[in-house]
Amino acid sequence: MAEGKALINLEFKEGVLEVQLAKEPCNEIGRSMLEALEKVASFCERGTFERHPIRAMITHSLVERGFCAGADLRELYAENAQAIAQGVSEKERQAEVGRFLRRIHAVMNAIDQAPFLTIAMVHGFVFGGGFELALAHDIIVAERSARFAFPELRLGLVPGFGGIPRLLREVGNAIVRDLVFTGRSIGAERAHALGLVAHLANEKEGLAIARRMAEQALRFDGGAFQAAKRFIKEVPEAMLAKEQEIFLERFITPWVQKALEHFVHSEDPMPYLPPPPQAFKESLP
Amino acid sequence: MKHEAITERLLELAARRFGCSRELLRPEQDFFEALDIDSVEAMRLLSALESEFGVEIPDYEVQDVRTFAGLAEVISRRVKHA
Repeated sequence: MAEGKALINLEFKEGVLEVQLAKEPCNEIGRSMLEALEKVASFCERGTFERHPIRAMITHSLVERGFCAGADLRELYAENAQAIAQGVSEKERQAEVGRFLRRIHAVMNAIDQAPFLTIAMVHGFVFGGGFELALAHDIIVAERSARFAFPELRLGLVPGFGGIPRLLREVGNAIVRDLVFTGRSIGAERAHALGLVAHLANEKEGLAIARRMAEQALRFDGGAFQAAKRFIKEVPEAMLAKEQEIFLERFITPWVQKALEHFVHSEDPMPYLPPPPQAFKESLP
Repeated sequence: MKHEAITERLLELAARRFGCSRELLRPEQDFFEALDIDSVEAMRLLSALESEFGVEIPDYEVQDVRTFAGLAEVISRRVKHA
């Protein structure tokens, strides 16, 4: 069973749902990708795919550049610029982003609590919202090319799709602070050493490892799996709610739109890192 | 490990990984231009270097680095502390 070409392709075979992210350039999460992910979330909530029980789900990317580079910042910049130009109030702009945020949080929570094994098989860029998407899964398998980062502070924001609470669930606070406060990326090997990545794979070999792992999950009693998952993987609800609050407070600051503008027009090979201060602080309102 | 040895290993790795001749690479070259790579491949190079030298190389340490010699300098500093 397979669905046609879309932002996300779905393949279901013998209890395993494969979610193939297929949006160029790197599966950026904007409104269209959110809608596609909401469909995946609905399978997670129901636990079935076209009436067949799902026993495991593997999310991976068909795009060369990586798993997912995070939120669609170009779309966010354009929408916000248009709203500002039209004189939309700060409160309404904040409310609009808040609606998007609640929807993406619902998606992440559905994946997080899916009643079956979920595996994110990642390569290349696993940045921002892409990192958050991977963290919602039960297990991360990473090919050696994978690099993980939370570059949100450069935009004057905090990670907004559940990143900090879910990363804190996996690794120590010192690592979380290092990543969030410097915006730097870490490679798959380091992520594996930290316990964030369960399996390290050579390039183009990650999917076979994930599929074998999913097959193994099929052999266990579904009820026992669900009981274990509820016990091991609690959803950090209070922190997730607080994160949305902080994100929305930050979103209406002048820094954010200026930083988005800088990102959109940047030709820097590492645009996820903040530019030198003199490059853009002077132009802040 | 001596700085010269690090530079040599870096050039060999870059040549091997991006399919070009080692003889064509020189330390003072801009590695983006010499290897004809974009930001995605630069990230892969970073991971490969971390693996090769067994050190972590934070992106911000190489953010303004453009030459192989500059990269080797960053790696040398990290290797000393490893």
